[in-house]
Amino acid sequence: MRLFKLRGGVHPEARKADSSERPIRPLPLPQRLFVPLQQHIGAPARPAVRVGETVRAGQLVGAGQGSVTAPVHAPASGIVVAIGDHPAPHPSGLPVATVTIEPDGDDRWFEYEVAADPFALAPEDIAARAGAAGIVGLGGAAFPSAVKLDASRRSGVDTLIINGGECEPYLTCDDRIMRERAAEIVTGIRLIQRAVGARHAIVGIEDNKPEALAAMRAAAAATEVRIRAVPAMYPMGWEKQMIQALLGREVPAEGRSADIGVLVHNVATAWAVQQALCRGRPLVSRIVTVSGGAVAQPCNLEVPIGTPVQALFDACGGFLSTPARLVLGGPMMGHQLAHTGVPVVKGTSGVLALTQAEIGRAAPAPCIRCSSCVRACPVGLLPLEMAARVRADDLAGAVALGLKDCIGCGSCSYVCPSGIPLVHFFSYAKGELAAQARSKAKQEATRKLAAERSARMERIAREREEAAAARKAAKAAKEAAARAAEQAEATA
Amino acid sequence: MIAAILSLTVIGTSLGLVLGLAARFFRVEGNPLVEELEALLPGSQCGQCGYPGCTGAAQALADGSAPLTLCPPGGRALVAALAARLGVEADLSGVKDAVPSIAEVREELCIGCTRCYKVCPTDAVLGAAKHLHAVFREACTACGSCVDVCPTEAILLRPLAPSLQSWGWGRPGQPSLADNEGRLAA
Repeated sequence: MRLFKLRGGVHPEARKADSSERPIRPLPLPQRLFVPLQQHIGAPARPAVRVGETVRAGQLVGAGQGSVTAPVHAPASGIVVAIGDHPAPHPSGLPVATVTIEPDGDDRWFEYEVAADPFALAPEDIAARAGAAGIVGLGGAAFPSAVKLDASRRSGVDTLIINGGECEPYLTCDDRIMRERAAEIVTGIRLIQRAVGARHAIVGIEDNKPEALAAMRAAAAATEVRIRAVPAMYPMGWEKQMIQALLGREVPAEGRSADIGVLVHNVATAWAVQQALCRGRPLVSRIVTVSGGAVAQPCNLEVPIGTPVQALFDACGGFLSTPARLVLGGPMMGHQLAHTGVPVVKGTSGVLALTQAEIGRAAPAPCIRCSSCVRACPVGLLPLEMAARVRADDLAGAVALGLKDCIGCGSCSYVCPSGIPLVHFFSYAKGELAAQARSKAKQEATRKLAAERSARMERIAREREEAAAARKAAKAAKEAAARAAEQAEATA
Repeated sequence: MIAAILSLTVIGTSLGLVLGLAARFFRVEGNPLVEELEALLPGSQCGQCGYPGCTGAAQALADGSAPLTLCPPGGRALVAALAARLGVEADLSGVKDAVPSIAEVREELCIGCTRCYKVCPTDAVLGAAKHLHAVFREACTACGSCVDVCPTEAILLRPLAPSLQSWGWGRPGQPSLADNEGRLAA
């Protein structure tokens, strides 16, 4: 089977060898776990425990609410010491509702019922169990997996693509999990395939991970799951790029991959599905890459969700030098960390401590219209033109040029010889668009409330008049009756 | 006498009929632009623009006697929408979106007089006589009507703290306010 031609993309220095050759190590439990109730896209979970309560590992601490949501489980057995705000692993560092657990080190697990043969379960049952285990997309987007599985089953998909691209520099967590846990991943893939009724399942892995390719090929040999090598480039791990490379199908503008009958999941998500269905273990830990020039021993750690980032750096021998920048996620799409007290969440693929030499970039210069960004854009947009419109506050103009299709991969900023923060302009513009949409929704709601109020006021006034009229009539009738009685008495 | 009553009745009826028909056939169409503009406005009749409710404001906008920037709750989005409808260039640079705020009741001062909930245009105040009042965050538009009527200054507008849902990246080159505040809080 041939591979298809791709648009755009860049080739940043991979720098993966630092962490890819050491096996995954489990991180010891920290003193406290800060488990945010919102680690996914959608509605936050509602606390399901109380302060002072003893929980077991895997026990539900936050119940999902709403249609797009995911539950949250305790990563270790211990005592709930607080439920309140804690800084979120988010560029703003704003607080998020968090359940704080003090582990007791007993390693007592909450036992969930495990099906004797998970492949005998009904497809909707597989999706429901994955949802109850709190599984979200582990590639970084953290979209609740059960919602994706249900929607795909209903709309019908013919191909399941498992994304082993991992195109971000430094990150090797997917590489390591494929090398070490290939058999579990393949089982997870087959379970997902059954849950959505897809005919084909293809794993796409970048060709700069030969060991992972070999391990996955060996594990998938006796199954229908196909393993394909794709060229190493950024952003290969973007799902639409992966679909284009493997199937040659393009997802329509502002559309989803399900529109063309494809479902994409990450390799680590497939592993989490296998853990949930075959072992009854909810998603309470994940593999995180700790790397960067300032880290003494870069490696991959299996980290309980809620562990403060500082504990990860400590486990890797601390810092060689004071890091110039701390990054959560990859260097291309990740974001700067406010401080190291924020917890690791389900969507955290890596934490990087970069030196000044690794981030150095001059102050932005004017655009020379070289169009390097146009060639680099994997979506086929015109970043220089969009940025000019955003700069002039012409959001409608930027949207007409395809702002909503921008995936924020940062390829344009990476290649810009003038060092213009192009992707920052687009993130800012997307935020403004979201704010406008919110204020419009609020205006609609206000109009409805005001209309309801004026209708009620009219009704009250009318009812008051009617009541007054009725009282008057009753009084008149009473007087008439009294008069009639008097007359009757007089005549008698 | 009967002839007089009859003739007056006939004259009255026929004149009334003529007037009624005239009212129907010679009706002056209201300016349709006013209705369209009113549909764009928030419709909470808060009166912050100085006109009697959103209809008055729409009328003034259609006449051209009011600036496009008259509606504080509408913010920049509304100015842009009005400019597009009226086909004029709007200078958005001077328009600041009002800092999102909500009304807040200071519990120690509230005497439960119910005045605020009677004037609230969006039913955002909950309360009963001699009971503490409270404000629904989602319904409050920070129009300030309640602040004006409170006899004990127990209600005031408080800027909303940025949340994870409302946070957005600042303009390149200038750190966003939310960003700084978030760092400080953390």
